[in-house]
Amino acid sequence: MAEEFRIVLRNMGKIDPMKIDDYINAGGYKALEKARSMSQMEVIEEIKKSGLRGRGGAGFNTGQKWLFAQRMEAKEKYVVCNADEGEPGTYKDRVIMENDPHSILEGMAICGHAIGAGKGFIYCRGEYPSLAETLKNAITQAKEKGVLGDFDIEVRLGAGAYVCGEETALIESLEGHRGEPRYRPPYPPVSGLWEKPTIVNNVETFANIAPIIEKGSAWFGSIGAANFPGTKVLTLTGDVKNKTFIEVPTDTTVRDVIFKFGQGMARDKKFKAVQIGGTSGGFIPESLLDTPIDFDSMRKAGATLGSGAVFVLDEDRDIVDVVTRIAKFFEHESCGKCAPCREGTMRTRRIMEKINSGRGSKEDVALLERLGRVMAGACLCGLGQAAPTPVITTINNFGIDYNAKLQ
Amino acid sequence: MINYKEIMGKYVSLEGGIIEAFHAIQKEMNYLPEEAIIAAAEVFNIPVKEAYGVATFYSYFSIKPRGKYVIRICESAPCHITGADDVIKALENELGIKMGETTPDGKFTLELTECVGQCQETPVITINCEPYVGVTPEKIPQILAKYE
Repeated sequence: MAEEFRIVLRNMGKIDPMKIDDYINAGGYKALEKARSMSQMEVIEEIKKSGLRGRGGAGFNTGQKWLFAQRMEAKEKYVVCNADEGEPGTYKDRVIMENDPHSILEGMAICGHAIGAGKGFIYCRGEYPSLAETLKNAITQAKEKGVLGDFDIEVRLGAGAYVCGEETALIESLEGHRGEPRYRPPYPPVSGLWEKPTIVNNVETFANIAPIIEKGSAWFGSIGAANFPGTKVLTLTGDVKNKTFIEVPTDTTVRDVIFKFGQGMARDKKFKAVQIGGTSGGFIPESLLDTPIDFDSMRKAGATLGSGAVFVLDEDRDIVDVVTRIAKFFEHESCGKCAPCREGTMRTRRIMEKINSGRGSKEDVALLERLGRVMAGACLCGLGQAAPTPVITTINNFGIDYNAKLQ
Repeated sequence: MINYKEIMGKYVSLEGGIIEAFHAIQKEMNYLPEEAIIAAAEVFNIPVKEAYGVATFYSYFSIKPRGKYVIRICESAPCHITGADDVIKALENELGIKMGETTPDGKFTLELTECVGQCQETPVITINCEPYVGVTPEKIPQILAKYE
């Protein structure tokens, strides 16, 4: 039986998340103390060498990102935790924060030391108001204990906008504006929140920091896939028997995720497709199930690791209908700032509805492919660039399903 | 009469605090009245159009009056394939209103939403942010009874 490997969920079920003493007794805040006895560059080198890459979906080397901000000379810098998880089928950040809020605070404080920032923000999605209270409680207790030193953390609540998971849109929202993405460059490590150097990292990324500092980069680098080491928290939804969350090494295959951890297909149906990485991820067929989940292997297979959502469909599912629903999602969540996304997501939804209702033609499918290419290249942010992925991957991998609905 | 400026005053010292201030207003009113948006513009010293722009960008803010309890039904893919449409119909039947409407007694409002991050059991609805997972049409009366 395949086994889980817990780094970010190390304290789950072992500590009371509302009690800082539990976290400290489990070895918490020792890594922060250790990091503070190291120079900024030593901390950044350690994170860089560990090979840790962002767990929010972009997969950028975390230490390298920190280095960009550390190099900037500025009176003020910021550390921002992206807790705006909004990918449909994803709830991993909620599980991490509900069970171990201090691991996030500790990771953020280590980042603050490494880049020279005195202030952090946790941008928590509006759908999780009770979680914001858990985080605020943790911050209050950490301040009382004095473990954070002079590093200050504030929790801000989002208000329901998928696009705010994009880091520059998140920054706009923190500033009190509409959450529309910015033009880049400059990137946030150079000019972010209030135009100051800013590190935006995902919840899961921050939860990995303390263990890396404590146990060393060599330890972390030896776990999972060489190019994307460590673990990934995945959330299993759809037609799997065991709808659950798991934390597994990154060299675990998609097949093991579904058939071992997920205990196979529900109702003993046959497997048809899996969409990994959230609603912007690609759908892959059975022939690609032996792909390891790490970022690079998934990309090579034409898929995505993304947020780690695993949405499984069985043989009875109407994949064109599912993708039509997804197309509506993107039309709803497009912020409207750039035309390729605003118009493109609307046109995609209309064409998908046409095909889904049996009124589409081969030309419509060709149009979707062309529109997808334009959007992938011309949209301002990841939302619009990735929106065609579920459409294009299902046309490529499940073309029969489209053909069956064409006139 | 609610003193909007007093409620929002607490957030003036927070940079970018208008979103927190709007949350505070909605806690009292369940929506953002026009006067509250105008007051926000004054409190945060920004043009009214900007305050309005923020109020209308985020799906959790409403500029239309809503019921005491806002019921949101997730229609994202994992909920979609497990019967979100049936739950929508059942809620509409039970309350006698359509999506986006409020019951005449001002108690319930029905809204569609995208993923609320409770996908361990689908479909999911939330009532004033309280999640209910694995909802079926049969469970609806029982869930709503808690809010009578």
